[in-house]
Amino acid sequence: MKFLVLISNVPDTTTKIRFVDDNKAFDTTGVQWIINPWDELALTRAVELKEAGGIEKITVANVGESITEATLRKALAVGADDAIRIEAKPKDAFYVATQLAQVAKNYDVVMVGIEASDYNGSAVGGMLAEILGFNSVSAVSGMNIENGQLSLTREIDGGQQKIDVETPVVTIVQKGIAIDPRIPAMRGIMMARKKPLTVVPAVDAEEKTEYISFELPPPKAACKLVDEDNVKELVRLLQEEAKVL
Amino acid sequence: MSLLVYTENWDGKFKKLSFELVSYAKAMADKLNLPVTALSIGNVADDELKQLGNYGASKVLNVADNRFDSLDNKALAEAVAHAAKSENAQIIIFSHNNVGKAIAPRVAVKLNGGLVSGVTALPESFDPFVVKKKVFTQKAFAHVQIDPDIKILTLAQNSFELIETENNAVTETYDPQVADDVFSTTVKETNKVTGKVLLTDAEIVISGGRGMKGPENWGQLEELADILGAGLSCSRPVSDEGWRGHEEHVGQTGKIIAPNLYFTFGISGAIQHLGGVSSSKFIVAINKDPEAPIFEAADYGIVGDLFKVLPQLIEEVKKM
Ligand SMILES: Cc1cc2nc3c(=O)[nH]c(=O)nc-3n(C[C@H](O)[C@H](O)[C@H](O)COP(=O)(O)OP(=O)(O)OC[C@H]3O[C@@H](n4cnc5c(N)ncnc54)[C@H](O)[C@@H]3O)c2cc1C
Repeated sequence: MKFLVLISNVPDTTTKIRFVDDNKAFDTTGVQWIINPWDELALTRAVELKEAGGIEKITVANVGESITEATLRKALAVGADDAIRIEAKPKDAFYVATQLAQVAKNYDVVMVGIEASDYNGSAVGGMLAEILGFNSVSAVSGMNIENGQLSLTREIDGGQQKIDVETPVVTIVQKGIAIDPRIPAMRGIMMARKKPLTVVPAVDAEEKTEYISFELPPPKAACKLVDEDNVKELVRLLQEEAKVL
Repeated sequence: MSLLVYTENWDGKFKKLSFELVSYAKAMADKLNLPVTALSIGNVADDELKQLGNYGASKVLNVADNRFDSLDNKALAEAVAHAAKSENAQIIIFSHNNVGKAIAPRVAVKLNGGLVSGVTALPESFDPFVVKKKVFTQKAFAHVQIDPDIKILTLAQNSFELIETENNAVTETYDPQVADDVFSTTVKETNKVTGKVLLTDAEIVISGGRGMKGPENWGQLEELADILGAGLSCSRPVSDEGWRGHEEHVGQTGKIIAPNLYFTFGISGAIQHLGGVSSSKFIVAINKDPEAPIFEAADYGIVGDLFKVLPQLIEEVKKM
C-alpha cells in the first residue's frame, strides 16, 4: 500500500497571534514554523506501520512556497520516503485540495490531520476525497493493516467504532492515532538530506472564499477571586451573577 | 429557494446543537425571507422530529434508512446534496463537530459551493456574503467572504442561542436515492456508552488537571458532576497518564467544547488547553498558584487548595 501524508506548515502552537497590513494579514515576523500537530501524529503512525512491514512507501506533500521545505525535510527526517511540494500560495481549502488531487490520485491511503492549527478549516481532506471520488473517514483515532486490509478505529459520540473501509480512502485523523509525535533522530536528519523532494507546478484552480480581515478577541475582564474559605460566595456568584447554576 | 440544516441525533433524540442550528438558520432565513428545511438522518420518532419546528424549521425531511448507520461519509454527502438540490437550498448549515467536518467539505465540492467552517455569528452581510469564523485555535477571528451562489457553513457549537418560535413544521419521509454501491464502510464493532452526558453537549463541564494528583481523587469530581448533571473532562497529561480515558481530554489536540460553565480543578491553563475551552461562557478556576495562566482566562476563581475547596463545594451545591 502507498501512503500519502498531507503536511500543513503552521506557526508553533505557542505563537503570539498578531495581524498587520490593517488587520488584513497574519504577522509572520519571528514565527517558528512546525508540522501541524495532527499531521505530525498521522505521519508518526504511518512510519510505525511502515516499520511493521505493512506499507510500501510514504510520501509527504504540501502546497506552499519554498519556506515550507524546512518542514517537509523534517517530515522526511521523521521517516517519510519522499516529499512533494506543490509550488503555490495556499489560498483556500478548495484551491489547496485541487492542487493535492493531482498528486493524491496515485495513492491508496491519504492521511490528513483533523484541522490545521492556523485557519482551522477541517476541509481539505474531505474536499480532496470528493474531488477524487475516494471515500473518507473522519475522526480516525486508530489505524492498522491486517492481512493487507486497512482497519480503522474512529471516534463517534460517546464511544468508538472499529471499521473496514475500501481503499483508496482519505483518513482524517485525530488524537489517539499515535501517542507521541516521533522526534527525528540524528540518523534520520542526515538521511533526509538525500531523500527526494520534488517541486510540482500548481494547476489552475478556483478560490471560493476570501479572507477579508482579522481581529483579536476583546480583552477579558479580570477574574473575580473568592476566598478559599468562602466557597459559598462562589456558588452564589455562579447562581445569581453568572446564572449558570 | 431555502436554507437547509443538517441535524444530528443521539440514540433517537436530537442533540442540543440541532436546535441551535435550526435557530441560527431561522434567524438568517427571516432576513432573507426564505423557509428553513431540516434534514434528519436516522431513527427519530415523529414527535421528536416535530420538535425542530419549535425553533423555526417549516419542513423536516426524515431519512429513516439504516444503511446510513455506518456513517459512510461519501453516502451521507450524497444524501445531503440530493436534499439540497430538491429544496433548492442556497445556504446549508452543519455543526462544526466531527460529523459536520466530515460531510460539509464533500457537499461543498459536490454543489460547487463555498465553505466556511467554525462560523461564530450570523453573516455580517449577505451581498457580498461575509461571515465571522474562529482562527488560530480560538486565539483570533477572521471575516471571510464566500463567492459562489451556494454557501455552506459549519457553526461553532454554542455560538448561537436557542430561539423558540411558533411551530408550523410539516414532516416528510424523504428518499435521497443513494445507491447501495456508494456505501463502502463496514462497522465491525461499536463501543459506546449511553445514558451519560455527552461532553460536547453538556451545559456544565467539570474538568480535572494534574493538580488532582492521581486517578484515586476523581471520586469527588464525579460526585460534583453527578449533582450538577455535568460532563467530565480533563487536561492532556491526565489522559496521557491514563488517569482518565482519552475521550475526556479537551484542548487543542483533544475535544473542543463550549459549555455555559467550565469548572477547572488543578489545571494550569496552558495555551493548548485553552484552545479547546475558551469559548465557554464562564470559566471557573480552582488553583493554588495565583500566577497560573488559567486565571487570565477565568471569570471566577479561588486561589487555594482544591482538596479543601472540593468538599465544601459539594456541600454547597447539594443545598441548591
Ligand atoms: C502541540 C501541543 C498540543 C497540546 N494539546 C493539549 C490539549 O489539547 N489539552 C491540554 O490540556 N494540554 C495540551 N497540551 C499540553 C499543555 O501544554 C500543558 O502541558 C497541559 O495542558 C498541562 O496540564 P495541567 O494543567 O493538567 O497540568 P500542569 O500544567 O502541571 O498544571 C497543574 C496545575 O495544578 C495546580 N495544582 C497542583 N496542586 C494543586 C492543589 N492541591 N490545589 C489546587 N491546584 C493545584 C498547579 O498550580 C498547576 O497550575 C499540548 C501541548 C503541545 C505542545
